[in-house]
Amino acid sequence: MQIRAVDIVKNFTGPTSRPVLDGVSLEVGSGELVALLGPSGSGKTTLLRIIAGLEFPDSGSVYFGDEDASQKSVQERRVGFVFQNYALFKHLTVAENIAFGLEVRDRESRPPKAEIRRRTLELLDLVQLTGLEKRRPAQLSGGQRQRVALARALAVEPRVLLLDEPFGALDAKVRRDLRSWLREIHQHTGHTTTFVTHDQDEALELADRVAVLNGGRIEQVGSPDEIYDHPATPFVHGFIGEASALRVDLRAGRLFIGEHQLPLPAKNGQSGRGRLFVRPQDIEIDAEGANSLQAEIVAVRRTGATRRAEILIPNEAGRVEIDAPAAINFRPGETIPIRFVRGTFFLDGEGAIGASAGAR
Amino acid sequence: MSLAIRRNSVLPGFGLTLGYTLVYLGVIVLLPLAVLILRASSLGASGLWHIATEPRIFAALKTSFSLALAAAAINVVFGGVVAWVLSRYEFPGRRLLDASVDLPFALPTAVAGISLAAIYAPNGLIGSLIAPLGWKIAYTPLGIVVALVFIGLPFIVRTVQPVIAELELDVEEASATLGATRLQTLGRVVLPTLTPALLTGFALAFARGVGEYGSVIFIAGNLPFVSEIAPLLIVVKLEQFDYAGATAIATLMLAASFLILLTINLIQAWSRRRFGHV
Amino acid sequence: MSETLARWAPEAAESVWTRKKFALARGRSAVTGESRVFAGFLVAVALVFLLLFLVLPLAVVFYEAFASGVAAYLAALEQPDARSAIALTLTVAAIAVPLNIIFGLAAAWAIAKFRFPGKSFLVSLIDLPFSVSPVVAGLIYVLLFGAQGVFGPWLRAHDIEIVFAVPGIVLATIFVTFPFVARELIALMEDQGTGDEEVALSLGASGVTTFLRVTLPNIKWALLYGVLLCNARAMGEFGAVSVVSGHIRGLTNTMPLHVEILYNEYNIAAAFAVASLLALLALVTLAAKTLLETRFNDALPGKSRGH
Repeated sequence: MQIRAVDIVKNFTGPTSRPVLDGVSLEVGSGELVALLGPSGSGKTTLLRIIAGLEFPDSGSVYFGDEDASQKSVQERRVGFVFQNYALFKHLTVAENIAFGLEVRDRESRPPKAEIRRRTLELLDLVQLTGLEKRRPAQLSGGQRQRVALARALAVEPRVLLLDEPFGALDAKVRRDLRSWLREIHQHTGHTTTFVTHDQDEALELADRVAVLNGGRIEQVGSPDEIYDHPATPFVHGFIGEASALRVDLRAGRLFIGEHQLPLPAKNGQSGRGRLFVRPQDIEIDAEGANSLQAEIVAVRRTGATRRAEILIPNEAGRVEIDAPAAINFRPGETIPIRFVRGTFFLDGEGAIGASAGAR
Repeated sequence: MSLAIRRNSVLPGFGLTLGYTLVYLGVIVLLPLAVLILRASSLGASGLWHIATEPRIFAALKTSFSLALAAAAINVVFGGVVAWVLSRYEFPGRRLLDASVDLPFALPTAVAGISLAAIYAPNGLIGSLIAPLGWKIAYTPLGIVVALVFIGLPFIVRTVQPVIAELELDVEEASATLGATRLQTLGRVVLPTLTPALLTGFALAFARGVGEYGSVIFIAGNLPFVSEIAPLLIVVKLEQFDYAGATAIATLMLAASFLILLTINLIQAWSRRRFGHV
Repeated sequence: MSETLARWAPEAAESVWTRKKFALARGRSAVTGESRVFAGFLVAVALVFLLLFLVLPLAVVFYEAFASGVAAYLAALEQPDARSAIALTLTVAAIAVPLNIIFGLAAAWAIAKFRFPGKSFLVSLIDLPFSVSPVVAGLIYVLLFGAQGVFGPWLRAHDIEIVFAVPGIVLATIFVTFPFVARELIALMEDQGTGDEEVALSLGASGVTTFLRVTLPNIKWALLYGVLLCNARAMGEFGAVSVVSGHIRGLTNTMPLHVEILYNEYNIAAAFAVASLLALLALVTLAAKTLLETRFNDALPGKSRGH
């Protein structure tokens, strides 16, 4: 079941300059697992809730498959929604929680008791909580509660599955375990799934595609590889993975730090100032290089098998961090020759449009 | 017992303040109550039972308890609605109405009593409206119920309001995503969560209603066997110097109060176990 | 146990806090809330119920008080019996409330600042008057000090009158009102803990100085709150006072009792005139309470009142 959000606009109530969602469009393919990633306030949760029908946009539409669901109530949309704080019914047992969606159906569409029971047990098995039917939420751990919440959402055979920061309330180890478990469940059930997270590791690990949101807009949608290796905007580059930005000049299609030309091709023939985003692994120590840049080491720290050095790029370009094997013994104050292997350049004033330079 | 050892604070004044507190409580509360209990026990259990089953006394007790029960039940329904409306909706005058819920607490019972009597008497505001239909409220058990509803309302509303405030909204949203209509959500998800508070409020209103005097005696007919409440009978007995009778009734009412308190505690303990909260 | 009993007023912190949360609530459940029609129906039911059962009686008090005109109203209040009733009510309150304040401060100090066995039992005792019928409250003093009471003969021998005289009224009033101040203070002082006082002591202040200059300022609003409630109840108490007073006009009638007498004599307008003063007191108390709540909510006891 494909999900399509088209031109969603949602404004804050009250006087503010910026809308919560500013004309956002997104497509989730049938059976895909898509992550909505972004910082707080980016609008990702609002988008999810609008898809679910828990909120209505000021303009725009939501389609499930070919059907326009924009005017439908949340009950009519048949979505499975998993909340960050589980939202389990505290006064019901685990089994009753899971069966809830089936029990509230009206007489015609409600399955017989035996069938409800069978499905409940089947789902309990799927989420690996067999034996806990009679417990109440208060007696479960956080991870168990979230699994009950998922089972409950799946019980109604939803068309799509929506999860709002599903692991946000859990601690790190449980979170990691549940991540891989969710991936397995998704492969098993094949539901079209969209989940919201602010944790990029989670998004990159789990999702087929990631939509990066910022300030009510989608900055980029792509596979984890695309997002990481080919960020389309400065925000995405800065948000995903580690990166530093250097001030560089673009002259006639070539990038310069001061007078030093960087061996990175730039696509267009424009000129101007801009920023070059590099990750620690994009800069190498240039032992024999003729055309290398001298950078001063500012600080060094040991991280496991490598050393991480913060170095100062001349011409007030900025500071970057680089990694090197622990064998090389840096000291602050020394200068080392460096070479740029990769980088992504954005001309000042350009957001999503930028020349992605670098050989990959 | 050395108080000095048990005290684990460097603050001074423990002995003085605790001593004063105990003396005050002892003189004002414990001593008089002890006398009551002594007096009651001198009657013996069978003596108490004998008195309690005297026709007039038994009727008064029955009246007090059953009418208090009815009023508390009415209050659960309407008080629940009031609590919900005050908590969940915004409308002009809401603040004022919210403050007015405390009126039965603040208004002296005698004032409430004569006012209610004036309204529901046959020539009163409402009494005159229903008289043509042949109905009477004042001077009948119905009037007592009206007075007890007035008195008991804040107990329900103020007990339930905080619980409504604490309701997690995502639970209601979850219910909606699972396909439940709003009515189903209210019935299957919200109401069960409010039940302990409703029960507690009910018990409180009931307990207060059983012992209420001032607001009731003006609107009640005070006819023995029909609309005479137990507290009034205590006063009557006292005027007749029937201390034994008065003591017996008072003891039974006290016993009932403690039973109700115990029930409230049990409700809260049960609720903690079942829901993980009160 | 006692936190649930006859609470005079909701936790102040709650009522303001809940209002904020409601605002949030109203926004979020806009989509999954009740239909407007149903909500409107509920509001209508609540409004009618409240207007009928709460507002109407209050309005009637003032209506009936002035039904015979302002002159009659003032005349009723200037009757000697009415004036002595007012005087007696004020006197009783002037004695009972300060005594209860001292008790409340002492009890709160002992309970909130120290640990000792039996503390929760003590707190339950303090809540006891809430669960006792006012008539029973009066009865116990009659049993104690009445002519046939435990101390009856002794009192008669020494020519001391308690029951059917002012001292009895004061005692009964103290019984039904002493929890008010104590409860507010205990809750707040338990919340506040002993930190401030310990600091003061470590700086060399004496116990009394600490109390006056550190503790009292911290609790002043809760104290005021408790005094308001205590006073309102003290002036308005009917059942307990009725039993012990003997209803001697001009001598042992408080305002509520006087209202009863006037009403039973079919002197309706006068009864309501006196009643209107009490109703006015109730309104002032409610207004002050609301004001205190909305402005000083974090200076009043928090939600947690477990013991």
